[in-house]
Amino acid sequence: MRKAIDLASGQIADLAASAGGEAAQILEFQVALLEDEDLIEAIFASIGEGRPADVAWRSTLDEQIAEYNSAADEYLQARSSDLADLRDRVVHILRGDEGEPLKIPSGGVVCADDLPPSRFLEIDWSGGGGLALLHGSPTSHVAMLARARGIPMVVQLGAIPDAGATALLDGEGATLELDPSAEQVRIFEKRRESHRKSRASARAILRRPTASWRGEHIKLLINIQRVDDLEHADAQYADGIGLMRTEFLLAGHSELPDEETQFQAYDAVLRWAGQRPVTIRTFDAGGDKPVPSFTFDGEPNPFLGVRGLRLCLARPEIFAVQLRALARAAVRGNLKVMFPMVTQADELEAGRKLFADVVQRLQADGIAAMLPELGIMVEVPAAALAVSSFKASFFSIGSNDLAQYVLACDRSNGALAPLMDPLHPAVLELISRTAEHGRRAGVSVSLCGDMAGDPRCLPALMNCGLRELSVNASALAQIKQTIDRLSSGGGVG
Amino acid sequence: MLDRADGQIFTGNVRLVHAVGMHARPAVKLTKLAKKFQAQISVRVAGAGEWINAKSVAKIMAMRAAHGSTIEIKASGSDAEAAVAALVDLVASDFPDGAG
Repeated sequence: MRKAIDLASGQIADLAASAGGEAAQILEFQVALLEDEDLIEAIFASIGEGRPADVAWRSTLDEQIAEYNSAADEYLQARSSDLADLRDRVVHILRGDEGEPLKIPSGGVVCADDLPPSRFLEIDWSGGGGLALLHGSPTSHVAMLARARGIPMVVQLGAIPDAGATALLDGEGATLELDPSAEQVRIFEKRRESHRKSRASARAILRRPTASWRGEHIKLLINIQRVDDLEHADAQYADGIGLMRTEFLLAGHSELPDEETQFQAYDAVLRWAGQRPVTIRTFDAGGDKPVPSFTFDGEPNPFLGVRGLRLCLARPEIFAVQLRALARAAVRGNLKVMFPMVTQADELEAGRKLFADVVQRLQADGIAAMLPELGIMVEVPAAALAVSSFKASFFSIGSNDLAQYVLACDRSNGALAPLMDPLHPAVLELISRTAEHGRRAGVSVSLCGDMAGDPRCLPALMNCGLRELSVNASALAQIKQTIDRLSSGGGVG
Repeated sequence: MLDRADGQIFTGNVRLVHAVGMHARPAVKLTKLAKKFQAQISVRVAGAGEWINAKSVAKIMAMRAAHGSTIEIKASGSDAEAAVAALVDLVASDFPDGAG
């Protein structure tokens, strides 16, 4: 057993050394497990009771794997494949059947139940290829490795496809096509080539300091749903955070989050951002996002109901907790706070008053706090039309809701998809007006909806006068590149 | 294992500021650092009943300490005081690269 552990440890260390970087850190966890005396002692105790070494090892690891799999935490679940990886490596060594490393022709599509990180690293990916997993998770270590190397990967395929001579794996569309026609192959190859080119140049562009369009600096910020989103490899290249949603704090708990929990989340993001601006949106519950003991039940038309700032003003005791956490976080970094779903200037002022009272009380208690810059989301058409009536320090256009309200189309209703066009002149008109007001009043205007991350919408948004966009970190490179290309007279690509 | 009788018990509390909580990378760093000390070191999430061995990466992971939770540390043995200080520093400084 000892020998097998030492051998496995050595093998993993060799892999880590040759892979380097992120891969080495992932494998370090496996080495640490092998050096875990508590874990190993339990195995030796079991062997001492007469069980064969491979059985003792396997059952101990299986217990751990089961525990990880039963965790509510998606991250921990994803780590179970690292444990399975380690389990199998040692079992093979113990049985003396480790055999030859996987011989997979370079450029092939590997289809498996799940693929452990160390196996991934043993495969020669230099000729391309792809990974199709029946199970697996997009947050697994192997997914991180595949992403970092640009290996296309599809997870949760469900069933094993019959072996085919040729396979087309589309990581973008998440499809696996077996024995495709010549025509399919031709189209795929063309798409793949252009994707490869654009990806390579987009990554390079990301490292340039700023995006610019016809000499004007374009600020590119990122949207985050939760603190973990900052782990995306491209997040570091953002000019700041244009939208931090806070609804994740309301999900998955029986009670609403307390002030300290909220403060820690806001503070973590501000510390990550350093000098860069961080715009946090107060709870946008209601509409399609009901929250027990917070939102109103039984509204006949929740999208036009008590949601966003309306709800927070109706529940001042819940809102005050969030405002206290934000007021304390405001002294820790470059924080801006915005209210969602605002219709009237009075609502902004009511929110501001609550916020100012909270700050005053905190300060009276000797707690460091300040009122951050306050802005609003522009998503109700009335707010866009009367934008100059708001004394906001900044505006952020929520194009998804704005389009749904302007076009009178429920955005979750697939039957309306052809009508649900964010490039409708009425939507663009409201975006232009808001941007124009911002320019005249010297107030920044950004756009944080799906439009910002859609290259096809970029020419229209630039023409509307927007110079600040907030997108998911995964779209950052492509958007930066598209702006660059448009700026130099090219198409959207 | 160390003789508890010879030493005083040192304790410390520190808030887990790591953005994603006590996940693989921080857990590996914490156990590596703990192993540099002779002292017997235990940790737990504040309020949780069971103390666990700070040198066991499997147990640290299973502790599932979330972002924002407070970690209690206690140690006994010859270098217990330094061990607690070092671990508090590691967690408080958000597991910097090169530490541990």
